[in-house]
Amino acid sequence: MALSDKDRIFTNLYGLHDWRLPAARRRGQWDGTGALIAKGRDWIIEEVKNSGLRGRGGAGFPTGLKWSFMPKQSDGRPHYLVVNSDESEPGTCKDRDILRHDPHTLIEGCLFAGVAMGAHAGYIYVRGEYYNEHLVLQAAIDEAYDAGLLGPNACGSGWDFDLYVHRGAGAYICGEETALIESLEGKKGMPRLKPPFPAAVGLYGCPSTVNNVETIAVVPTILRRGGAWFAGFGRPKNSGTKIFCIQGHVNKPCNVEEEMSIPLRELIERHAGGVRGGWDNLLAVIPGGSSTPLIPKPVCDDVLMDFDALREHKTGLGTAGVIVMDKSTDLIKAIARLSAFYKHESCGQCTPCREGMGWVKRMMDRMVEGRAEVAEIDVLEQVTRQIEGHTICALADGGVWPVQGLIRHFRPLMEERIAAYKAAKGSPQPTLPMAAE
Amino acid sequence: MVDISTAHEVAQPASFEFDAESNAAIETILKRYPPGRQASAVIPLLYVVQRQMKRQTDSAWVPLKGMDAVAARLGMAPIRVYEVASFYFMFNTKPIGRFHLQVCGTTPCWLRGSDEVFHACKDAAHVAGYGQTSEDGMFTLSEVECLGGCVNAPILQVDDDYYEDMDYERTVQLIEALRRGERPAPGSTIGRQTSAPEGGPQTLLDVPGE
Amino acid sequence: MAKVTVDGIEVEVPNGVSVLQACEAAGKEIPRFCYHERLSVAGNCRMCLVEVEKAPKPIASCAYPVADGMKVFTDSEMVRRARRGVMEFLLINHPLDCPICDQGGECDLQDQAMAYGLDKSRYLEEKRAVKDKYMGPLVKTIMTRCIQCTRCVRFATEVAGVPELGATNRGENMEIGTYVEKALTTELSGNLIDICPVGALTSRPYAFVSRPWELRKTDSIDVLDATGTNIRIDTRAGEVLRILPRTNDDVNEEWMADRGRFSFDGLKRRRLDRPWIKVDGRLRPASWSEALGAVAARLKGLPGERIGAVAGGLADAEAIVALKDLMGALGSRNLECRSDGAAIDASRRDFYTFNTGIAGIEEADALLIIGANPRLEAPVMNARIRKRVVAGGFPVGFIGPRGLDLTYAQDWLGEGGRTLRILAEGGHRFNEVLRAAKRPMLILGRGALTRPDGAAILAAAWKIAAENNMLQADWHGFNLLHQFGGQVAALDLGFVPPADGAAVSPATEALWLLGAEVDPAAIPAGAFVIYQGHHGEAVAARADVILPGAAYTEKDATWVNTEGRVQHGRLAVYPPGEAREDWKIIRAASELLGKRLPYDSLDAVRARLAEANPVFAGRGFAAHGCTDMTGPTGDVGALTEAGFAPAATNYWQAEPISRASDTMAECARVYGAAQVQLAAE
Repeated sequence: MALSDKDRIFTNLYGLHDWRLPAARRRGQWDGTGALIAKGRDWIIEEVKNSGLRGRGGAGFPTGLKWSFMPKQSDGRPHYLVVNSDESEPGTCKDRDILRHDPHTLIEGCLFAGVAMGAHAGYIYVRGEYYNEHLVLQAAIDEAYDAGLLGPNACGSGWDFDLYVHRGAGAYICGEETALIESLEGKKGMPRLKPPFPAAVGLYGCPSTVNNVETIAVVPTILRRGGAWFAGFGRPKNSGTKIFCIQGHVNKPCNVEEEMSIPLRELIERHAGGVRGGWDNLLAVIPGGSSTPLIPKPVCDDVLMDFDALREHKTGLGTAGVIVMDKSTDLIKAIARLSAFYKHESCGQCTPCREGMGWVKRMMDRMVEGRAEVAEIDVLEQVTRQIEGHTICALADGGVWPVQGLIRHFRPLMEERIAAYKAAKGSPQPTLPMAAE
Repeated sequence: MVDISTAHEVAQPASFEFDAESNAAIETILKRYPPGRQASAVIPLLYVVQRQMKRQTDSAWVPLKGMDAVAARLGMAPIRVYEVASFYFMFNTKPIGRFHLQVCGTTPCWLRGSDEVFHACKDAAHVAGYGQTSEDGMFTLSEVECLGGCVNAPILQVDDDYYEDMDYERTVQLIEALRRGERPAPGSTIGRQTSAPEGGPQTLLDVPGE
Repeated sequence: MAKVTVDGIEVEVPNGVSVLQACEAAGKEIPRFCYHERLSVAGNCRMCLVEVEKAPKPIASCAYPVADGMKVFTDSEMVRRARRGVMEFLLINHPLDCPICDQGGECDLQDQAMAYGLDKSRYLEEKRAVKDKYMGPLVKTIMTRCIQCTRCVRFATEVAGVPELGATNRGENMEIGTYVEKALTTELSGNLIDICPVGALTSRPYAFVSRPWELRKTDSIDVLDATGTNIRIDTRAGEVLRILPRTNDDVNEEWMADRGRFSFDGLKRRRLDRPWIKVDGRLRPASWSEALGAVAARLKGLPGERIGAVAGGLADAEAIVALKDLMGALGSRNLECRSDGAAIDASRRDFYTFNTGIAGIEEADALLIIGANPRLEAPVMNARIRKRVVAGGFPVGFIGPRGLDLTYAQDWLGEGGRTLRILAEGGHRFNEVLRAAKRPMLILGRGALTRPDGAAILAAAWKIAAENNMLQADWHGFNLLHQFGGQVAALDLGFVPPADGAAVSPATEALWLLGAEVDPAAIPAGAFVIYQGHHGEAVAARADVILPGAAYTEKDATWVNTEGRVQHGRLAVYPPGEAREDWKIIRAASELLGKRLPYDSLDAVRARLAEANPVFAGRGFAAHGCTDMTGPTGDVGALTEAGFAPAATNYWQAEPISRASDTMAECARVYGAAQVQLAAE
C-alpha cells in the first residue's frame, strides 16, 4: 500500500509544472484561504493537533502543541513566525524542492501559522547556498503580495501578515532554532540558553515560534482536507505524509512524498530503484539524516520509517534523509566524514562540543587508517558520552550519535582495521608523547 | 598552528564605498526589518559587499573596509561585523578567483563520488587543492559541507549555481565550458528532472489541475 | 521566594535566581569559568553542571532559574562525571606551560584541574596553537591558553563599554581578539586580566615578575583618582610588584582604573629619597637635621601672615592636619588646597562632595554632567554610570566639549557657560527631563571650577540642583567630581585661607608645599620654599629645602574620596632611602620650631583628625539628603559664555607618580593619538 497521487500534498515536488501563482491555484493552493482563517485561531490549532503533525525538521515535536505555547494575548510585543529553511542536515534536500517548486503552499502555510500564533510577521530563513531557490521564493511572495494574499488584510481575512525572506550564509548550526534567531538578529549563530524558550522570548525578544518548512507547508492541505485525513496515514503518533530523500547507494536516488511508517525496504525498492547490487548488497542505512545513528541491514529488512519504530532501534526518523550504503562502503570513513562535518559546523560556544568534536574527528581519522589501539575504541566511545548531553544545543548530540552507532553495530570492523594496520605497519606511534596534561 | 588569524595577511583595499547598485539593494533589504533592528541586515549587507567586489574586481570577497562600511551603515560596532563575517563560511575574507568551485565532500556526496569531482576540479582548473586558486586567477577550489541536494549527489557548486549528478568527465567538461566563457544551465548534468528518479518520475503522474 | 534543596540542605532564595546562586546560598561551591556575577550569563564553559531531580541531563547551574521544590545535587556521580569530562576537554588543547605561566598559583583552571582533572592525558592528537594578539601596552596575551569563556568579550562590551573585543571564527578555531590589530581603547583594561580565569590575558608589566605565594598583600586605597578604589598592594622585599582591586560594592565593585593599577613603577623612579637644601643657589644633599634645621632657622620668628602652606592632591589627611596645626602654631592661616584654582566653597561639606554616592548613581533616574569627563577623571565611576545607562531610563545630559565618547549615549546640550546659564534659568529642554525625574543628579567637574568664573559655575550648578528636584530630604543630587584622592580630606580639614587671605601672595616670605604643584612664577622671588613630597617636579627645583615624603603606598594614611567616604590605606612598603611618613616630618619640624605638635603616634594623630572634623571619627559614607537649599557663594550672573575645556587631557600622566612611570609613558605614546581624537571629535 503506497500513497496515491491524490493524497500527495506536494504536487509539484519535481518541478514538472509551473510554480507561479496561477498554476499553484490550479493545483488547489490558496483555495478558500480567507474562509479557513475565518474559522479562527483555535480551530486552526485544533485541526493541526488532530492531524497528529509532528515537526518535520528532525526533533518531531507535535506542531499544534508547539503553536499553543504562544501567548494567547499579546502583551504589547509583536509575535513572530520564523520558518526554518536552513536545511543543512547531511542527507536532507526536501525543503529545497518546496522552496523552488511549491513555494505557494509554504507561503499559504505561513499565513495560517501566523494567524494561529497571533503573528503579523514571518521570516523565512533560507540557507545561504539556496540562492536560486530563494529567488523563486521571493518572487512567489511578491506575487502573493500583488494578489492581496499577503500584506494588510491578507486574503481578505482581516489579518495583516507580512512575510520576508532572510538568507543565511553557511552555518549548519543556524538550523538550531535559537541559533537561527540569533543569526536573524544579525549575530553569530550561537544557540541561546533555554529557558527562556522562543515562545516567551524569541526573535527581537518577542514571542516566536520556529517551524520547519515542510511542517508549515503541509498545513494548508491539512486544514482543507481535515486533520483526520492527515492522521489517517501512518501509525498512531506517527501520522501523515512525509518527503523522504533517498540517496547513496541506490539505483535511482530521489525525493518522494510517502506515507509515514512505510517500511524502509519498500521505500527504497519502490521509489529509488532498490539498493545498488540488490538488497543483499546492503550494508547499512542512515535513516534520518546524518545525526541519526546508522542501522545495519538486518534492522533495515523490516524496520518502519517513523519516529517510534526507528527510536526502538536507537536511531530516529530525523529529517527522513535516507542514506543508503552498500557493501562496497568504507563505513568507518563514511562516519569519519560526518565527524569532520560536525567539527566544522560546531559553533564553538560550549566546551564539550568545541573541543570534543575535533578530538572525535581526529580519532575517527585514525580509525579509518586503523592507526590506533583497540582500547582507543573505548576511549572514543567515552569521549562521545562526555560530549553528549553536556552542551547548550543538540548539535553535539547529533554529532556523536553516528560514531556511537558505528561502534554499536560495527565494532568488529574497526578492530579488524586496527589489526590490519598493525599487521602491515606495526604498532601505531602516538603523534605526541604521552604526557600529563 | 591554525592559520586563521585576526591579522589578515592579505592585501586589503584602502577604502570601500557602496556603489549606486549596492545602495539600492541596501534600501530594499533594510525594509524587511523592524525599526531599530537593522543589525539583522548584517548578513545581507555582507553579501552586498561581496557582490560589489565581484562587480568591481571580478573577485567575490569581503575586505575589512567592506565590513567597516557595513558596520557604519547599520550602526554596529565593527567587531560585531568581523565576528559575523568570520563565522559564516560563505563570506570570503580573502580574494578568490573568477569562478568559485565548491565541491561538497560530505558523506552523501562522498558516497556518490565527490572525490572524483575534486580530482576533476584539480586537473581541469589547474588548482593545487582545496583553498587554492589557479595561477590564471580563474578558479578557486573549496570544499564545502553538505549543500542540501543529496539526492542529486555529487554536487559541484559554481558561485551560486548547483551542478548535480556530477562525475569526473562532466566536471571537466563544465570547467572547460566555464573557461570558454560559457555558462551551462545549472541542475542535473544527466538530464534528470530535478529530484525525481532517473528515468522519470514514478509518482505525481496524475496531478489535479495539471 | 523558592524553596530549593541542595544536597539535602534546604534554602530559600528569591524567585528567578539561578541554581548556581541557590547552591552558593546552601554553601556549596560550584566550579565555573565563564560565569561572572557582574557580567551577562554565557553558559558556555559547562563546568557548573549540576544534577536536578527528574532532569535527564545535567543542567548549567549558572543559567538555569530555580523553581520551588527543586532538588539539586552538586556532588552526584552524574555531576562528577560531567565536570571531569568538561575539564578533560578544556585541557586537551590547553598548553602544559604552567611553570612559565604568570597565572600559576591563582589560576581557576589549575585549581579546578586539581579537583576534576585526570593525572594523564588521553589526547594523542596534535594540540591547537593560537597566535597571540596585541591588545595594548598593559595586557599580555598568550592565546593558546584561552578557554574561550568570553568573559573578556563581555567585560569589554558590557562594563567598559568599548565593544572592541570579539570571538571571531567558529568551532575549535574560535579566537578571542580585536580582529584588526589595535590597542583596546579603555581605561579599564587591567580588569581583563583579573577576570580571565586562565593565563591567556596577563599583566604585561608584571610578566615573569613573581609568584602569588611570594607576595605580601596589603589592603589600601587608590588615590590616583578621587574614586577611592579599594586596592590590594602586592609587595615582595620592600618593592611594590602589582596592585589589584579589592571588592567594595559601594565604591569600585571589583574594578580598577588602569592608571591606579599600572603606574606604580613611577613610585621607584625620580623619587625624592633624601633631604636637600639649597646652598648658593644650588640644591645639595643634606641630612634630616640639616634640612629641618634650615627650616627652623628660616621660619622662627617670621610673622605668621608671611608664611603660607599649600597641600597637593595626593596629600593624606594626617599630613594635612599636622601641617594645619603647625601653621596655626606659627600664626598662619594662609592655607590652600586648591592649587588648581578651583573655586570650591569649603564652607559646607555637601558643596564639595559627591553627595549621591557612587552606588547612589544606580538609584538616580536622570543625570546632568557639567564640565566633567568622568571616563577619564574617574573611569570606575564612569563604568557605574554606564551600568545605570544600560539598565535603561537614565537620560544623560552633557555640557562640555562635543563628541566625547563616554562609552554611553549622552545628550549633548552645549559647550559651556551659555548652556549652563539657560539651564540655571530653567529654560532649557533638559530642565523638563530633570524636573520629570524622581531622583535626578548632576556631576560637576572640578576642572570646570578652575576658570575665573568658577564660583559662578559652582553657584549655577547648585541652583540647577536646587530648582530641578535634585535636593530632597532623602536625596542629594549635587555632586562634585574631584580628581585626586587627597583633595576632599584637605577641604574637610579646612585647609583654605580666610576670605581675605591667600596662601601665596606678594607678601609671602616662606611657603610650605605639601606635595603641591605651584607655578614657580607665582612665588615671590625671595620667598623660602619648603617642598615636602615624594616626587620632585618643576616646583621642587624652586625649593630651598626638600623634605622627602612617603607615597600613598608607603604610609598608614586616611583618605577621603570624592563622595566624602573616609577610608584607611596601609603601609605596604617603607618609603625609600631617607624618606619618611609625612605627618612625622611635620611633627619633627614642629619640635625644632619650638611648636611641638601634641601627637606622636598614629592613633593620636587620628584622634586629632576626629577632633578637627567629626567625619574622621568614622569610616565610610553615609547616604544623606539635603534640607538646606542655600547655595555656595558665587554670583550666577558672572557666568561667561565660554565652553568647558576637558579637565583630564592626558589620562595616563595626570599626577607625579604616573608622570614618573615608564608604563604610563608607553600608554601615553600608544593612546596619545586616540586621546586627541577623543577630545576633538
